[in-house]
Amino acid sequence: MAIITYREALNQALREEMARDDRVFLMGEEVAQYNGAYKVSKGLLDEFGEMRVVDTPITELGFAGVGVGAAMVGLRPIIEFMTWNFAVLALDQIVNSAAKMLYMSGGQYPMPIVFRGPNGAALQLSAQHSQAFESWLAHIPGIKVVTPGTPYDAKGLLKAAIRDPNPVIVLEGEMLYNTKGEVPETDYIVPIGKADVKREGNDCSIITSGKMVLVAMKAADELAKEGIKIDVVDLRTVRPMDVEAITQSVKKTNRAVVLEEGWEVAGIGAQVVDYIQRDCFDDLDAPVVRVHQVDVPMPYAKGLEKAAKPDLAKTIAAVKKVMYVD
Amino acid sequence: MPPKKKNESSLQGTPELHRELLHSMLLQRRFEEKVGEAYALGKIGGFCHLYIGQEAVSTGILSMLRADDYVITTYRDHGQALARGMTPRSVMAELFGRIDGCSRGKGGSMHLFDRNLNFLGGHGIVGAHVPIAAGVGFAIKYRGGDQVIVCFMGESVVNTGAFHEALNMAALWKLPCIFVIENNKYGMGTAVERAAASKDLSTRAASYDGMYAEHVDGQDVMAVRESTARALSYARSNGKPVLLEVRTYRYMGHSMSDAVSGTYRTKAELDEYLKRDPINLHKAKMLDEGIITDADVAQMEQEIKASVQDSWDFADASPEPPPESLWEDVLIATED
Repeated sequence: MAIITYREALNQALREEMARDDRVFLMGEEVAQYNGAYKVSKGLLDEFGEMRVVDTPITELGFAGVGVGAAMVGLRPIIEFMTWNFAVLALDQIVNSAAKMLYMSGGQYPMPIVFRGPNGAALQLSAQHSQAFESWLAHIPGIKVVTPGTPYDAKGLLKAAIRDPNPVIVLEGEMLYNTKGEVPETDYIVPIGKADVKREGNDCSIITSGKMVLVAMKAADELAKEGIKIDVVDLRTVRPMDVEAITQSVKKTNRAVVLEEGWEVAGIGAQVVDYIQRDCFDDLDAPVVRVHQVDVPMPYAKGLEKAAKPDLAKTIAAVKKVMYVD
Repeated sequence: MPPKKKNESSLQGTPELHRELLHSMLLQRRFEEKVGEAYALGKIGGFCHLYIGQEAVSTGILSMLRADDYVITTYRDHGQALARGMTPRSVMAELFGRIDGCSRGKGGSMHLFDRNLNFLGGHGIVGAHVPIAAGVGFAIKYRGGDQVIVCFMGESVVNTGAFHEALNMAALWKLPCIFVIENNKYGMGTAVERAAASKDLSTRAASYDGMYAEHVDGQDVMAVRESTARALSYARSNGKPVLLEVRTYRYMGHSMSDAVSGTYRTKAELDEYLKRDPINLHKAKMLDEGIITDADVAQMEQEIKASVQDSWDFADASPEPPPESLWEDVLIATED
């Protein structure tokens, strides 16, 4: 298998699906001539032309709505947001139009659309450019939300999202674009709604997704040196969530840490903990511990930013807490 | 003062056409009067926005469209749904929240949809459907078709960001969209003069590379048709957007909960506009020119009354959506 970056994996997914289905088009800021703000769409304009790779004005609400309209009459739009922070302007179209069209039309208008772009904090971008939107979006019935953490999952989930007849949100990791991993050259998809146990262990589960998968894997490496074996459950999709994968892991390990990039209150982790208390109440040997961004807007200063973010040290400390060690 | 035409011209077109136009407008009027009755009896719930007074806009424009054109509108959608050809039964059953409604009881008054008629829905967030219309225009261009999409909106939409974003893209990308501002003078209870920093809303088009625009008397169904004919010809032949401001008036409150007059408008103003009732105007011209007789009108009224009563009976007899439908149509099932 070839080893490529997360960015290249997404690019391959776009290219393959656009070649496969001429109803698929890509629209967003800087996606065409500029080759993408993060170069995810590199080369696509040359290959598919300006009707299928469309630069937009800076008008998130507007072009998200254009995608919704095109999807209503049978095209398969991929709407790129330069970051999900800017997609807040377009939430009306995602929440009120895309997520509800099939339901409020009594099943007449399917909404085969993908909204994608980088999500979460990078480095020192401060408050308005550093937000993780998993829990905002996962709250809404009528959409699916995927959060790939590896190049393999990025390609497979984006391809699945494009083929899905429903609105799918793809939350990419801004800090993941340069990460590398094995990606098959053959056509494949990663099914939406299926978690992946990225590492097996019997002592404690870390349940996570997206960019935090890498943190969980590093924590598992470090803890292995101390003889603590971690089961890393990568949710990959946060709506619909693979509840069975969560409970299987917790029934095996009897201990769980839930790790997410976003804030604590009403976060994805709160939902995971709810599933655990419903289905694994008698299996737990310790209260579940959550790791997340502290409950403040993201600060700019390096030291403060580090203190605000969930990271390796906080994750290891959480595992030790549920293991009652230290 | 309501807009008046200086020289009201004689009617062009066949007697059959005028009968159809009158029938379309009268059906909307009588249907909505019945809707008001049903609402008062608790047969219809939620928000319900009547179109009474604006029927020449829906009939004038939609009578000019082809079957393969598209229509999208706001939550004040009953009139346009009927004028596009949805049956009174299908609309009334939706208002009653029944399974035989056009949206299977899931949408209600504000969300009438009919895929077979390319009726892309009533939408409930002011301004949000205007970019959606641009997206339909984009899809038409993408496929190389010569259809258009007509996007109805109230005049308060012109102050939203979504309106500007959509018209900018439609002009930039040359999309075949006909944006119709139904200026009924009030956004809920706020007069247009208190909300828009433009006296002539059609001039908003000037910001978009000389987008073709007109304003027209919305109480005169023939004037609306003439304006629509020019808009359609322009949009189809150039594949470019058009902005029509249709000046009309809403005789009822914004929804069922506000007084018809006395808070934000006077009874004297309402009475003035009632003199230019679009249905009475067209009917009077038809009578004047001998296209129709009083007896013909009476017969048409009888037929419409029966059809509206039939829609009520049908809706009343239609079952409530079954409990299991609560979970249907949230998502399309996949193999995942």
